[in-house]
Amino acid sequence: MQKRFILVSLVLTLLFFLGVSSANAQTGTVSGTVVDASDGSPLPGTTVKIKGTTTGTVTGIDGKYSITVDGNVILEFSYVGYKTQSVEVKPNSTYDVRLTPTAANLNELVVIGYGVEKKKDATGSVTALSSKDFNKGAITAPADLLAGKVAGVQITNVGGAPGAGAVIRIRGGSSLSASNDPLIVVDGVPLDNSGIAGMRNTLNTINPNDIETFTVLKDASATAIYGNRASNGVILITTKKGKKGKPLTVNYTGKFSLYTTPRKVDVLSAPEFKSLVEKRYEGQDNVLKLLGNSNTDWQSEIFQDAFGMDHSISFLGSTKFMPYRVSLGYTNQDGILKTDNMKRTTIAASLTPSFFDDNLKVTLNVKGTFVKNQFADNGAIGAAVQFDPTQPVKLDSTYTVYFDRPDGTHDSTTTNYGGYFTRTQANGMPVSLGATNPVALLDLTDNHSDVNGLLANLKLDYTLPFFPEVSAHMNIATDRSNSDGEFIVPEYASWTYDPVHGGGVYNKYSQERKNDLFDFYVNYEKYVDNIHSNFKMMLGYSWQHFYRKDYSENGNYSKTWNLDTINSPTENYLLSFFGRFNYSFKDKYLLTFTLRDDGTSRFSPDTRWGLFPSLAFAWQMINEPWLKNSNLISQMKLRLGYGVTGQQNINSGDYPYLPRYTYSQINAGYQLGNVFYLTLRPEGYNEGLKWEETTTYNIGLDYGFWQDRVYGSVDVYYRKTKDLLNFIPVPAGANLTNYLLSNVGDLENKGVEFSVYGRVISKTDISWTVGFNCTYNKNEITRLTATNDTSYLGVETGGIMGGVGNNIQMHSVGYPVNSFFVYQQVYDVNGKPIEGLYVDRNGDGQITNADRYHYKDPAADFFFGISSNLQYKNWDFSFSGRANFNNYVYNNVNSNYGVYSFLYHPEGPYLGNIVKAVSETEFENPQYLSDYYIENASFFKMDNISLGYTFKHLNKNNDKHPVNLGVSITVNNAFTITNYSGLDPEVFGGIDTNIYPRPTIYVFGVNLQF
Amino acid sequence: MKKIYFKTVLLAGLFLGMTSCIKDLDTVPLNPKTITSATVFDNPDAYKSALAKLYAGLAVSGQTGPSGNPDISGIDEGFGQYLRGYWYLQELSTDEAVISWNDQTIKDFHYQTWDANDVFIKAFYYRIFYQVSLCNEFLRQTTDEKLDERNTPGDLRAEIKTYRAEARFLRALSYWHALDEFGNVPFVTENDPVGAFFPKQISRADLFAYIESELKAIEPDLVDARQNEYGRADKAAAWTLLAKLYLNAKVYTGQEKYSECVTYCKNVINAGFSLQPEYNTLFLADNNVNNNEVIFSVNFDGVHTKTWGGTTFIIHASVGGTMDPAASGIDGGWAGLRTTSSFVNLFNDITGNTDKRAMFWTDGQSLEINDVGKFEDGYAINKFKNVTASGASGSDPTFPDTDFPMFRLADVYLMYAEAVLRGGAGGDLSTALNYVNQIRERAYGDNSGDINQSQLTLDFILDERGRELYWECTRRTDLIRFGKFTGGEYIWPWKGGVKEGTATDNKYDIYPIPSSDITANPNLVQNPGY
Repeated sequence: MQKRFILVSLVLTLLFFLGVSSANAQTGTVSGTVVDASDGSPLPGTTVKIKGTTTGTVTGIDGKYSITVDGNVILEFSYVGYKTQSVEVKPNSTYDVRLTPTAANLNELVVIGYGVEKKKDATGSVTALSSKDFNKGAITAPADLLAGKVAGVQITNVGGAPGAGAVIRIRGGSSLSASNDPLIVVDGVPLDNSGIAGMRNTLNTINPNDIETFTVLKDASATAIYGNRASNGVILITTKKGKKGKPLTVNYTGKFSLYTTPRKVDVLSAPEFKSLVEKRYEGQDNVLKLLGNSNTDWQSEIFQDAFGMDHSISFLGSTKFMPYRVSLGYTNQDGILKTDNMKRTTIAASLTPSFFDDNLKVTLNVKGTFVKNQFADNGAIGAAVQFDPTQPVKLDSTYTVYFDRPDGTHDSTTTNYGGYFTRTQANGMPVSLGATNPVALLDLTDNHSDVNGLLANLKLDYTLPFFPEVSAHMNIATDRSNSDGEFIVPEYASWTYDPVHGGGVYNKYSQERKNDLFDFYVNYEKYVDNIHSNFKMMLGYSWQHFYRKDYSENGNYSKTWNLDTINSPTENYLLSFFGRFNYSFKDKYLLTFTLRDDGTSRFSPDTRWGLFPSLAFAWQMINEPWLKNSNLISQMKLRLGYGVTGQQNINSGDYPYLPRYTYSQINAGYQLGNVFYLTLRPEGYNEGLKWEETTTYNIGLDYGFWQDRVYGSVDVYYRKTKDLLNFIPVPAGANLTNYLLSNVGDLENKGVEFSVYGRVISKTDISWTVGFNCTYNKNEITRLTATNDTSYLGVETGGIMGGVGNNIQMHSVGYPVNSFFVYQQVYDVNGKPIEGLYVDRNGDGQITNADRYHYKDPAADFFFGISSNLQYKNWDFSFSGRANFNNYVYNNVNSNYGVYSFLYHPEGPYLGNIVKAVSETEFENPQYLSDYYIENASFFKMDNISLGYTFKHLNKNNDKHPVNLGVSITVNNAFTITNYSGLDPEVFGGIDTNIYPRPTIYVFGVNLQF
Repeated sequence: MKKIYFKTVLLAGLFLGMTSCIKDLDTVPLNPKTITSATVFDNPDAYKSALAKLYAGLAVSGQTGPSGNPDISGIDEGFGQYLRGYWYLQELSTDEAVISWNDQTIKDFHYQTWDANDVFIKAFYYRIFYQVSLCNEFLRQTTDEKLDERNTPGDLRAEIKTYRAEARFLRALSYWHALDEFGNVPFVTENDPVGAFFPKQISRADLFAYIESELKAIEPDLVDARQNEYGRADKAAAWTLLAKLYLNAKVYTGQEKYSECVTYCKNVINAGFSLQPEYNTLFLADNNVNNNEVIFSVNFDGVHTKTWGGTTFIIHASVGGTMDPAASGIDGGWAGLRTTSSFVNLFNDITGNTDKRAMFWTDGQSLEINDVGKFEDGYAINKFKNVTASGASGSDPTFPDTDFPMFRLADVYLMYAEAVLRGGAGGDLSTALNYVNQIRERAYGDNSGDINQSQLTLDFILDERGRELYWECTRRTDLIRFGKFTGGEYIWPWKGGVKEGTATDNKYDIYPIPSSDITANPNLVQNPGY
């Protein structure tokens, strides 16, 4: 694999040098600078074309152009999002051009499924973001680039580990048991969003610096063309590419980041802990003797201020016929949890040549990723909260351990458990219950992985020269990754200590993923003049194969025994036939119809095909005579959409419909006679499993006022999912399991999205743009059982820490997904909760499970995003933030560690630390299911604040290759405003179990272009 | 030329793609450990592996030990293990055990306040029917027609015939658990399909008749008593189950069957079993060797049969406080299980010096339970251990080797005595007294604990069953048979949810059918009162 990458990069480097050497100059030149009329900033990449010919060029990084002309000609200056300008020029002169933005960039091409269309022709709910709109700072996960930027899209970073992923939800989840992740399509290749072994985040294989645009398809009329995987929306990513005629530009970006831990869990300090134990266990020597004499802040011991850097260099340009872009990226980031590290090297290359008078356009994209991860044991985070603060980190003490050999002989050995403080039993063995020394967990665990990924596609777009209305398109792609990982703990580590069999851990795993794609589609477009109608038709076919093979072996450190070897390949296929029909009349009435027929190998031949239609209508009101000349309104489009999308992305293996048997591992065998047999289990199966279907209705309005100084859109949607792929109990005895993935249940999401962008100031030297979006989403389960039994309580979910198997949430009909299901706390006159006393809600005189009730849910009712960008001369200042309103969180840290009985654990025995919040309840024992711990965690987060300065044109005497240098300072995760009592109010799923803290990051950035 | 070439490529790609790929959707599992039902029995060894799963269904929780690929869902995998679920329902609801943990509704067992949404009840219910489904599937796959299709050779067919009888025994065992715990339950056999249908509900009396007929029907096909290989059921296992069924027949059907109980007890007793010389060795890591008392057991192993349920649970959960985990052969206690003073009071001497079955741990423990959640409240019990008779530790400190005796001779002796006392024909009181005194002589080491004929009363039998069989999953059934489980006739601490104990509703004599199954299966009617 690695060799192949080296080869590819060599070839690309070669091509790049070929490109450099192909500059040509002639006489009769016209030159000048193209700037944005609103703010005077140069417009690199503007197309400059001699009217009536195919000759042209594009402006450089400073907006400058130079073109050879033969006599007087008309030059056309065009740039997406700006009004095209034509200027008559004569040779050997200078023309500076100021382009006026067409607000909201109506002519901008937006990427849609299997093609592009002009934004003004879009009938669906589509939001496009280009790189200048992205969030700034130390961002390694591509999804973070658009956090808070798009109405209806919620992005929650799962934690602060280097390279940690983000959960993306578009318009709430549409599914219960199946995937709720949107489909992500990179350069026309839909990715497999199942996790990659040894990676924290699948999307991390893409370097954010390579991304040019994000396009979010939200409603079904937009997503339906990806019908088989589009129920949760689609995010299309395009990467940067070279343009024909564009001179070589080299761009270097460097970021140097300091990661700091924002807050720690507020636990008792060593003196507080000691005095509390002494007070509560006065006279109990068996308890008091467990106290140590040290003063250790365990959280300070495991967290650190960490450093990270990110370098990225790209070469963009074009040889005579071969536009190219090559980029290299390198990220090296330490975690704020000690011993965490990620190193990522990325290489991306794209070649976009065209042949036969541009009738054949070829796009070749190759992206390689090489990631080396070092994973800290995240168990240390929880352990640091509970570990006894009176004990030292290290203790130079040797223990004699007494044990029995399998033959019954007694034996002993000595160890110091690596020199770390360890709680031991009478026989010298470690106490197996309770937290392990957190520092030992970090220091002694070596958990690392190497992941190599390749994403490559070749796209051919061919326009029939003799019949230019027809074009054919083919896309062949592969998405591969190889992971190798090892998890090693030495024999002397206390938590794996085993003198009899040999302790420690040596686990090894590897994974191979191969996802292949073949798409083919044909476009036909015809404008019929006499009826003012434009017809567009597309027919296509798509084939996808997903293959993965996991291998793992687990044993002890010295490899003298091996638990088992697991080697499990699996695959599935998706096949689709699809078509789209667009009709527009006088550019005023637009109609889109799509239809897909999708097959999946996950369902039986009888049920595997699903038909998914969509229909959308748009009324471009601004083209009506009565609005056309309005000074106030510059944009007005009404959109109506309806569509059905399918879901088959289940989390229950690839063969849920097939009767099959599975052998056990050797540690789950059974003795018959003198032999331990591997057992053979018949698996539960559901022959009738079929597509889950989501129907979406959408009404939207795109608006613009005052030449689009203010513009935006409003959407109202209703989504109903029926035949939910739901993991539910089957009638006992009817199948070979008790829970089975079945198509039972309905779910709906209703919402309103609003976005507004404004150019508040638009002057030559100063410009200020602001963006704001707001989303209201309400989700409700409307059906959960086949028999529609109204007495059915629901499906428990939401496992918490504390006890075993305790759940805090319940999916029930009439309530939002993941609603908390709790007892109603009773308070005393001072407002203090009374331990163990709950409201007898059903009035039967006793407190039983029947007194639990649904109380709030983790999803925010409203969420907002705001961003601002202020430019003054060479300065720019920007920020963006997000707010969630009425998102509720179960504070599991307080419910689990906020009780006095956790100070002393007689089993062991050992002492454990508790949180200071215990003084608010004075609870003796845990009250896990009390609604006291459900808190309103509404928040505002300032995601990034950035200040930058650009030194323009540093090499004044060289016009050909101007050098620009930008420097910036950014603070990521700058501050949070919330009333939530825990560390961080942003908790995906609503159960705060002490996540990896999200660091506050200070970033110094450098950008050099020449 | 070039144009034509490209067009050809495009068209060829299109054609190839569309025609050859539709059959891709028919992919079958690639994993060598996963085999489709159509071909799995092409390998003759598969029959015994499938049989092993039927037995393993009582011992492990899934295909990966101790957890990772569970048989049933909707519950923590360890809780969903068969024996652990059975133990919860049979012991935690009685005077024999309390548990300190905060796991979901676990304490409702002590208080007798469970409801139809209880996860532990639900888990055991589904375990029972999982076991029934497994046995049904085995029987479906081993019919004569199927064996003919596969050209199964004669000697293997003979073996499969025995396997089928054992599968029916295991199904009867689980149906007995269903009958005992839940009363009126869904009923499925190998004649039902696998898929989406609603099983019919069977009445408690009809299910009794079915189990009885099954056990009698398989008797000729089962291996003779004590002649099968270790771990597999024989005729004696079927007889013991019949004896248990008949002893409780009044509870199940309203009709007494004590004479039948005596008959099958005698079958077992005459089959050559004998009491182990030392009571405590029945519950140790090497209780699988030289053991002539145990008739049927659920077997565990620290290396090959790992689970978070079974004896892993019983042994770890019973160790806490000042107990030394290493003395029980484990790496640490879970500080959960103790017992009530009512149970302790069954023993005149709790030191173990006279009656060696009194295996209490009192150091640091109080007799009375003020706080169910506190391990130090209530005496601990040190009966099951992961050490061998010679004192060596089991093969793994986390996962004991200790097998769990499901049926053993002492139980049959006591059943014989009780059935005779209750008027069963075919036995006599002096033999009954002799059996009881054999048990007591083992407990006391000599005849100092012997009783006389007048002391042999039904109440004595109940107490003696407590002393002899505590923590072996018989207590709830015994208390119900004596009318002492619910109601106010017998009160023990925390029964009814108060420290001193209080009377409870009789509806708790059977557990509710889990509401999830009531919802999933419209044929089911909930048990009275729930």
